[in-house]
Parts: sequence; structure tokens; C-alpha cells
Amino acid sequence: MTAMIDISEARKSFVMHLQGGVELPVVCGVSFHVGPGECVVLSGPSGAGKSSILKMIFGNYRCDSGRIGIRHQGAVIDLATAEPRQVLSVRRSTIGYVSQFLRAVPRVATVDVVAEPLIANGVARAEARDRAGRLLRGLNIPERLWSLPPSTFSGGEQQRVNIARGFISDLPILLLDEPTASLDAANRAVVVELVEQKKRQGVAMVAIVHDDEIRQEIADRIVDVTSFAAAA
Amino acid sequence: MNAPAYNFAYLDEQTKRMIRRAILKAIAIPGYQVPFASREMPMPYGWGTGGVQVTAAILGRDDVLKVIDQGSDDTTNAISIRKFFAKTAGVATTTSTADATVIQTRHRIPEAALHTGQVLVYQVPIPEPLRFLEPRETETRRMHALGEYGLMHVKLYEDIARFGHIATSYAYPVKVNARYVMDPSPTPKFDNPKMDNCAALQLFGAGREKRIYAIPPHTSVVSLDFEDHPFSRYRHDAPCALCGAGDSYLDEIVTDDKGSRMFVCSDTDYCEGRQAQGHRGSESAAPHKERAHG
Amino acid sequence: MAEREAQDNDQPLLMAENLGKSYGGLMACRDVSFALYPGEVLAVVGESGSGKSTLLQLLSAQLAPSAGRVSYRMRDGVMRDLAKLGEAERRFLFRTDWGYVHQDPAMGLRMAVSAGANVGERLMAVGWNHYGKIRDSASSWLERVEIDTDRIDDAPRTYSGGMRQRLQIARNLVTEPRLVFMDEPTGGLDVSVQARLLDLMRNLVSELGLAAIVVTHDLAVARLLSHRVMVMKGGYVIETGLTDQVLDDPHEPYTQLLVSSILPA
Repeated sequence: MTAMIDISEARKSFVMHLQGGVELPVVCGVSFHVGPGECVVLSGPSGAGKSSILKMIFGNYRCDSGRIGIRHQGAVIDLATAEPRQVLSVRRSTIGYVSQFLRAVPRVATVDVVAEPLIANGVARAEARDRAGRLLRGLNIPERLWSLPPSTFSGGEQQRVNIARGFISDLPILLLDEPTASLDAANRAVVVELVEQKKRQGVAMVAIVHDDEIRQEIADRIVDVTSFAAAA
Repeated sequence: MNAPAYNFAYLDEQTKRMIRRAILKAIAIPGYQVPFASREMPMPYGWGTGGVQVTAAILGRDDVLKVIDQGSDDTTNAISIRKFFAKTAGVATTTSTADATVIQTRHRIPEAALHTGQVLVYQVPIPEPLRFLEPRETETRRMHALGEYGLMHVKLYEDIARFGHIATSYAYPVKVNARYVMDPSPTPKFDNPKMDNCAALQLFGAGREKRIYAIPPHTSVVSLDFEDHPFSRYRHDAPCALCGAGDSYLDEIVTDDKGSRMFVCSDTDYCEGRQAQGHRGSESAAPHKERAHG
Repeated sequence: MAEREAQDNDQPLLMAENLGKSYGGLMACRDVSFALYPGEVLAVVGESGSGKSTLLQLLSAQLAPSAGRVSYRMRDGVMRDLAKLGEAERRFLFRTDWGYVHQDPAMGLRMAVSAGANVGERLMAVGWNHYGKIRDSASSWLERVEIDTDRIDDAPRTYSGGMRQRLQIARNLVTEPRLVFMDEPTGGLDVSVQARLLDLMRNLVSELGLAAIVVTHDLAVARLLSHRVMVMKGGYVIETGLTDQVLDDPHEPYTQLLVSSILPA
């Protein structure tokens, strides 16, 4: 398999025990693949399960059945049945996830939030903070904000910190959940350029983008999630 | 009036057997505290009942007994205990360290070196060196059993942190035979080196706490310390005012209410012996001369 | 550090197999099995009476199991059944390769002895005999846990609750243990103090590559500190997985109840 991601017949539903055990099907029969340097955009109305699919690829949501093949360190592993340790290993060195909302640890300075993924992978603190600084500058976060925790920032600023954190390391797969929401035009352009850069580096990406224009600019393929709608 | 008839050395023979067994065990495991069935003695706890029981168990008809209290043969306690054994055992008594076969002591080791065949019996208040740091008996027993003595160094560390030096001046902990840490009883740390490789048998009795421990002759006894704060003996920087000795442990005596003081050998037998040989200090005046003939 | 990781990372550090403890007819915990790898933090979450504290005691060899066993990989690489260790070995392990952080710091400290001595004790217990070096080591650890080094000679009796807890952590980490057990480490502390302590713990764990088992009833603590979580109820492990998996996608009814009971930030 040359694809970086190969999902096959994945299915997910929620069983809400607190609401009398009602079953909420989310998606079913999800199948697609993503190659290196490709950006696949998931499209569909709100609530169709786009974020859920992204979370399933990251191992955040467990799927009920199906296969999530990931090319990790030269071999293919099925994230759906992998041991927790393996999932952790995949997250450390293969898949990065840029969530829709920044969920940073409070009280940690912005530059450290962004540098953390590098430090966790063994890069020296000084160099990691250096690279973090450059990314933040590129995303128009002024230096005077770098030592502050991002919890007091505006939505747009937080989102840019989130993106910096997601894009800083050299992971071969990136999952992007609404990377340009809450950004102004100038910053949207910066993000698009970052995505293009990653593509040139051969990174495989799956993204959720609502803005049609952005979608046109970054998508190599569009996968319509409504085709995976689970029977209610 | 008929005087009561005592068994030799007051204790009954069965009790002496029990104590001797404890003593043997103690000698076999140098520094280890052996529990024993301490008896009610005719003096209250805190007055040397442990030492008295050990002495009573080992005395024989031909023994010569010396009793000292803080180095002196003539304090009330020393005299009482000496008379006690004179009465109940009828053994010869002496004030001379060299002539004694059994020496019972409270809180000092004689200056004169002891020789083979002598037994030094110490009176001990609290036998457990770790007691003030670890109040649980269950825990201290485990620590001894497993040789876990880090806590002992904690005490020394605290001293250095607080006073700049190890401030423990008496009852200074020692390691016996490279195995057990022991409290040498409240003898001044000046005396610690005398316990090391001593020719005499050293026995320790704690009556209230019901423990006996021992250091066999020629056993290694090392005072605990740190590499960068090595053990040092403390001695007042003065010669004895009576006999001029520069190497004995000194008692400080306040002579008037204007702050004058003099330093005198704590070991009275040692001091008198030196004076008899002609040594003199700065204060060898008439009052002392009287005692020399006593 | 990197070489040690390369060597050990494939072998579990601690393994529990069908572990159980009963008191007469009462089963405090049963059928617990998992493997913990170096550098992993496992949270054991549950409410009072769930068996999580008993489990921690079993895992740290303070209680003997009624069923199953716990094995630990010693520094020489050999996997040993904790129940078969001699008491001297177990106590030595407890003082060197393991840490145990109690909920009440007074239980894990000598309150009447100076902070420096508290941190230095483990070093003295393994034979360090140089006052100056012991003090320097203690001082640098106080700095690492953000206690003002001027307070090195003060007894923890004079410290605030948060400081005592940080001192307890320093005392445990001074011998560079590979595994740290924590029992409700932030329980009883003010919220702001908890936050600071959690940050410190997070950083230390990641800097030192520690493996840790953290018992807590607070899901926020689990989310912040742990990679994996085990949810306990009635003595059983009812759900286990990566922390974000279990907290974002809870499957079991009880887990869903726990998660939904947290008020959103």
C-alpha cells in the first residue's frame, strides 16, 4: 500500500446510556484513502460525521468495526485494533491533529505550547522555541504575546496558535479540522501556503473546510461524507 | 534486729541465668539490643537498675568492684550502688580503675586504659539510637534488622544544618562491628574512641527499657560522621587545674558568682593517681590534699 | 536517557495479571490486568469504594494480593514477582526505584526534620556520606519543584499545603525512580495550588521519562497527566483505553455518567 491512510468499511455509533440506551449512528461504510502529498477534504453538512471521521483516524474515537490502515514507520498498522501504546506511538511520530478549538494546558506560555510537540520528540528546547517563534511570526502572532498563555487570546489568535502547534513538526500525516475558521483573509492565505508547503513535503492531509474558496485552493480530492451516512 | 539475708548479689539464681543468657546473646551479636525480663530492683527506674542487674548477674566472689557516676567514685549514686553490692555480695570494692575487675559506670568511661579480663558495665537510659527520630518501636526494629540507617545520618545532617557542625556532644551514635548502630549511653563523645578495639568486655544495661547490649573485646566501634564533617572529640581547652593533665575529659566547676571557673578531671581516680605521682595543676591547694589521703 | 529508552521501551515495566484482593467475603478489587511501559502515565479513576486505592496498594506491594500477581522489571532487566521479593529487597525498591506520593503530604514526609534532610534522606539511605553534596542535591531538587531554596533548613511544619506536596515530590524523585505511584496527589489543595502542582508534575514526568500510576477521582487530573486511564467501579476495571479515548468517547454507562458529571470549563 502506498497510501498513507487507507480506511475501509469503518463504522461508528454512540450508545447514550444516560438517555435510556438510545443508539445514535454516526457513520457507516467509510472507505477512502489518502496518498502522500495529497489533501483530501471531507465535505458534507454539519452533523454528517466529518469531525468524527477525523477523530477516528486519530484514534480519539474508537470505531465499532472496519479498518483504519495507517502507514507508520514503514509498516501498515490498523489503528482500529491497535494497542493503546501503538496508538500513542503513531501520534508521536506519524499523525498530527489540528483540532477545531485550541485545547491547550492553561498556564503554559504560547511559545511553549507550540514548541511542545518538538520537545516531546527530542528536539532541544532552545531550538524548538526558535522554530515555534518563526511559525508564530509567520502567522502574525506578535512576539509580545509569546510568553502569555493563549487562554486570554481571541478565537482567531487561539486558532493560529493551534495551527502553529499542529504544523511545527514533520509528521507525514496531518488532520485538519476547520483550520481557517475564525481567521481573516490575510491569515487564511498564510494557512493555505502552509498547507501547500506540507504537500510539497509529501505530507498526506485530511481536512474539513467549510469555506468554498479555501476548499478549492487546497483540495486535491473531495470526499462527500453523506455517502457514509449511517441508517438512522 | 536481724539483717535480712540476701542471695548473692541480691538477684535469685534463676534471674541471673536469664540475664546471663541475654548477655551471651548480646556478645554474640555486637551492638544488637537484646530484650530481657528486667526485674523490680530496690531503686526506682532511672537510677541505674539496668547496670545493677547486669553487674549482679556477672559478679563472682573474687571480683573487685568499682562504681563511678560521671567519672567520680564519691557521688551519692556511686556510693549507694557500691554499698549495695558490698552488702549483698560481700565483694571487695575499690576506687582504682586498674585494680577493678568489674566497673559499673554512669555516663563516663575511665581515662586509664582498660585491660583484658575487665568488664565495663554501662547504665543506659534510652537504648534506641533512632528513638527520637522514629518513635515507632516496630519501625526501629525493622531498620536495625535490615541495616537501614539513613535516618541516623539525617540527625547528623540536621545538626550541621542548624549549628554548622555535628552538635551531638554525648550519646553520639556509633557503628559496632560494621553492622549495628548503637547508642553508647550518654557518655561524652570524647569517650567514643575508647570503645574501639577495647581490651575489656563492655556491657550495656537499660532497666526501664529492658534491653541489654554488648561490645566484645577488640571489636571495631566507629563514630558516625560525614566525609566533610569528620568525627571530632570535644575537650575544654585547658589542663586539669589539680593535676595538670592535658588529655583527660574535664568537668567545669564554677567557683564564685563572678564567672570564675576551673576545669578539673572528671575521672577522680585518674586525677588522684596523677597527683600521687607528683603531677600538679594550677589549683593544687590545701582542700584537695585532704582528699588525697581518703 | 535516550539509550535507556531505546533499551527498555519494548518491555513492560510493571505488569498486573488477574490481580485481586478480598477481605473475607468482601472483594475490594478483582481481575485487574494491564501492562505499564516506561514513560507511560496511567490514571486509575473511580469514585469512593471503587477499589482504586486498594489497587494502588497492591501494585506498590504494600498489600499482598489474594489472587493474581504483580511483576516489576528490576534495573537489571529481570521481571520479578513482587510477592516473592524479600522484605529487604522490597523496602530497597521502595526507596530507590519507586516513588510514592501520598494524598496527605504529612504521611510522606518527616514533618519535624528540615526540608533538606527530607530530600536528602533517601540519598543517605543509599550511602551518600558527604554533607556538602547531599545539601547541594537537595537544594537543586527544591529549585526544580519551585520551592525557594532559602527554605531548605525549615521543617515542612512551616510550609503551606502546596509546598508540602511539592516537597514530597522532590523527596520521591531524588533517587531518580522509574515508577511513581500517586494517590490523589492534588486532593485537599486549593484549586490554584492544584493547578500549579499539576503543571509541575506534568513537566517532571515528561522531563524525567517517569512511568506513573495516578489514582484520582478527578477526571481533569486524569486528562492533564495521563496517557491511559482505567475506570473502576465496584472493584472491577470497567473501561480502559487512551485517556482522550475514554473521556471523549466513553462506552460504558458508568463512564458516560462520570464524564457527563464534569461541568464544562
